[in-house]
Amino acid sequence: MSDNKNRAVQETLAKGAAKADASYMSRRITIDPITRLEGHGKIDIFLNDQGDVDRAYFQVPELRGFEKFAVGRLAEDMPQITSRICGVCPTAHHMAGTKTLDDLYKVEPTETAKKIREMIYNIFMVEDHAIHFYFLGGPDFVVGPTAPAAERNVLGVIGKVGVDTGKQVIAMRRRLREIISTLGGKVVHPVFGLPGGVARRVKPEEQKHFQEVAKEAVEFGKFTMKILEDIVLKNKDYVDLILSDAFTHKTYYMGLMDKNNHPNFYDGDVRVVTPEGKEYARFPIQKYLEHIGEHVEPWSYVKFCFLKKVGWHGFKEGADSGVFCVAPLARLNAADGMATPLANELYQKYVATLGKPVHHTLANHWARVIELVFAAERFQQLANDPELTSDNIRRLPTETPKEGVGVVEAPRGTLIHHYKTDDRGVITMANLIVATQNNSARTAMSVEKAAKGLISKGVVSDGILNEVEMAFRAYDPCHGCATHSLPGSMPLIVRVRDLEGNTTATLRRDSDGRIHKE
Amino acid sequence: MTTNGKPKVAFYWCASCGGCEEAVVDLAESILDVVAAVDIIFWPVALDFKTKDVEAMADGSILVSFINGAVRNSEQEEMVHMLRRKSQLVIAYGACSHLGGIPGLANLWDKKTIFQEVYHEGVSTVNPDGTEPQPELDDQGRRVTLPRFFDTVRALDQVIDVDYYMPGCAPTPKLTMQAIQTLLSGNLPPKGAVLSPDTALCKECPRIDTKPEDLAITEFKRPHEILIDEEKCLLAQGIPCMGPATRGGCEALCIKGNMPCSGCFGPPGRVRDYGGKILSALASIVGSRDDAEIIKILDSIPDPIGTFYRYSLPVSMLRRKKMEAVASEKK
Repeated sequence: MSDNKNRAVQETLAKGAAKADASYMSRRITIDPITRLEGHGKIDIFLNDQGDVDRAYFQVPELRGFEKFAVGRLAEDMPQITSRICGVCPTAHHMAGTKTLDDLYKVEPTETAKKIREMIYNIFMVEDHAIHFYFLGGPDFVVGPTAPAAERNVLGVIGKVGVDTGKQVIAMRRRLREIISTLGGKVVHPVFGLPGGVARRVKPEEQKHFQEVAKEAVEFGKFTMKILEDIVLKNKDYVDLILSDAFTHKTYYMGLMDKNNHPNFYDGDVRVVTPEGKEYARFPIQKYLEHIGEHVEPWSYVKFCFLKKVGWHGFKEGADSGVFCVAPLARLNAADGMATPLANELYQKYVATLGKPVHHTLANHWARVIELVFAAERFQQLANDPELTSDNIRRLPTETPKEGVGVVEAPRGTLIHHYKTDDRGVITMANLIVATQNNSARTAMSVEKAAKGLISKGVVSDGILNEVEMAFRAYDPCHGCATHSLPGSMPLIVRVRDLEGNTTATLRRDSDGRIHKE
Repeated sequence: MTTNGKPKVAFYWCASCGGCEEAVVDLAESILDVVAAVDIIFWPVALDFKTKDVEAMADGSILVSFINGAVRNSEQEEMVHMLRRKSQLVIAYGACSHLGGIPGLANLWDKKTIFQEVYHEGVSTVNPDGTEPQPELDDQGRRVTLPRFFDTVRALDQVIDVDYYMPGCAPTPKLTMQAIQTLLSGNLPPKGAVLSPDTALCKECPRIDTKPEDLAITEFKRPHEILIDEEKCLLAQGIPCMGPATRGGCEALCIKGNMPCSGCFGPPGRVRDYGGKILSALASIVGSRDDAEIIKILDSIPDPIGTFYRYSLPVSMLRRKKMEAVASEKK
């Protein structure tokens, strides 16, 4: 009897729990897939009884496992193998891998090799940042966050800035990428990197051409900043949006800095500042394991980086949470200024306007243009360097390889490679911390905060579509792939489901940008 | 769905890096001609991502789907089956789709060993609870899902029927444009064709004149070990270059960057096992008849799989490391 009674109690409890679960699960919104990401992405939003957002998951549904199949490969092949992590920013992985080989073989590249590498790298940063400004994130501002969706794309940008400018952007991108092809063999997966140097020298006749393109790139940077100033910064509504709470998180910030604490994309120490902007840590990349940990969640294939000494305390902001941020906003927060004159002038204005540190995620767009100008100026400095055409491009390794760590600032943030090898230079361990991972916790928080700010009482407005996207797009989620979204559209489907998983409402945005209810 | 009468074209990516998307974007101004000639009805990375819309289309209503990336998980498998039904023609676009590609090197391991490395043993991973991503998760009543991760990476034609192959990591804009023009012309090549010249890369290499008639290599050099002459055949310098066994069409891009061909275009026609073909090409130029010396010379290539099968392990006769062998290597 008591068994039966127990069973009855259990059943009652189970029914109660199921009922509670059912009401809890009464609304689930899936955005699948999101786009303008390198790779696949998905957002699952769960509403509570009141129809407000209880939890939103920003998911990466993909894994390839490079760390594992790197084992057994030759160290010198790693810059080319790891570039296949991302064909949009292959130059970043190629360069991080190459610098890891320098450290692995304890060989210092020649001065000319360093200059060639840094020049290639800054060319890459210019084209990559430009793509984001004109094709990905920019339309939200240049055309407007509340503009009709049909115009909120690159064609809308061209409409605002003119067809000639659109052609200029395409041509600029091509010319910059042609230089990477010249020096790196290919632009999608270049091959120039070797420990202690680069594979190919710069010919004198090429240098003249590089100088011309560099001059154009600097003008292009100024021009891009003018567009940002005229269209975005002079518009009070946009500035208010940038400053709004829905797009604000106070976290730690990280970036690679030179000895003057100016950002350097190619080399330097990692500097971390607190949410208050004070220096928290400054370390050579070989010490990264003391500072960076990767947390695992069961709902995404991506790992979530955090500051080890602060610890992982969940998806929270503030000085007590190890969550940190990388990429343009973070780099400028971690910096005391910029190393080139024009970029520094722009940086001072940015800081004077927004204060420091800047916690507004959407300010990434502004910071990105300042970095674009810096990269163009740095490209020009290096293109004008008389040492660039020296034949002294390699220093042959003589040490027995064992372990190496390398770092660059990818467009999307700090990128770390770490290899161990046997005596023959065969990989026995590889650890890769990519920019997206460093930003993954904060990005997930931003998406959730935007969803919470936008969805109330179960009402899913059309406006959610763009604004939720803006929350992750500001981080430049690997960019270039999506650059040619020609006839526009941020393709989205939002489905509202009941507890059985049946779709009760679907909102979709078509290729013409119009939003339909089905 | 538009009904403007233009041929419908789809682009999709599986386990890939986005470089194949960049290759399309690198058509630069020409992409405007493409858009004028066809109706791109699916390109998740750039245009409206509506799996549902493609599902709603009649079977065979897409003229051609360009699919890049290897098939690594359940979502990719489902997508390529669906696209196959909807498409008259399917092009395996790029090395991963064509041959399995660099992500195919994961076939030296399996799901368990990869997860073990990525989520447990990675030196910066902090995972005291032993968490792993779950295909289905009940998180306090919230059901969250992820695609299933397979043990084995497959090239596209190991999953669906493929009409043509576009080689390269990444394919060049020039070959891409030619392929689009050929397909639109209606003058189709025979099924199964690889859309790039069926000749060895050496034929279009700018250094061909410096390639000796009879090479005799007594030691293979690795690119970081020597100063590489910018004019001379790389094989003649002792560097393993895949040119003799690799299909042309890229116009020797890596060699113009003063580095060897690593074989991303795969083999010329009728080669069953590309890695085996390279191995035999290189073995034939080993300059020794003494067994011990030959072994020593071949030892100067410490990673045969990564050297010869870098892009083609999933479609090779090896295909993958035996699951039992992977299991027995586990700690």
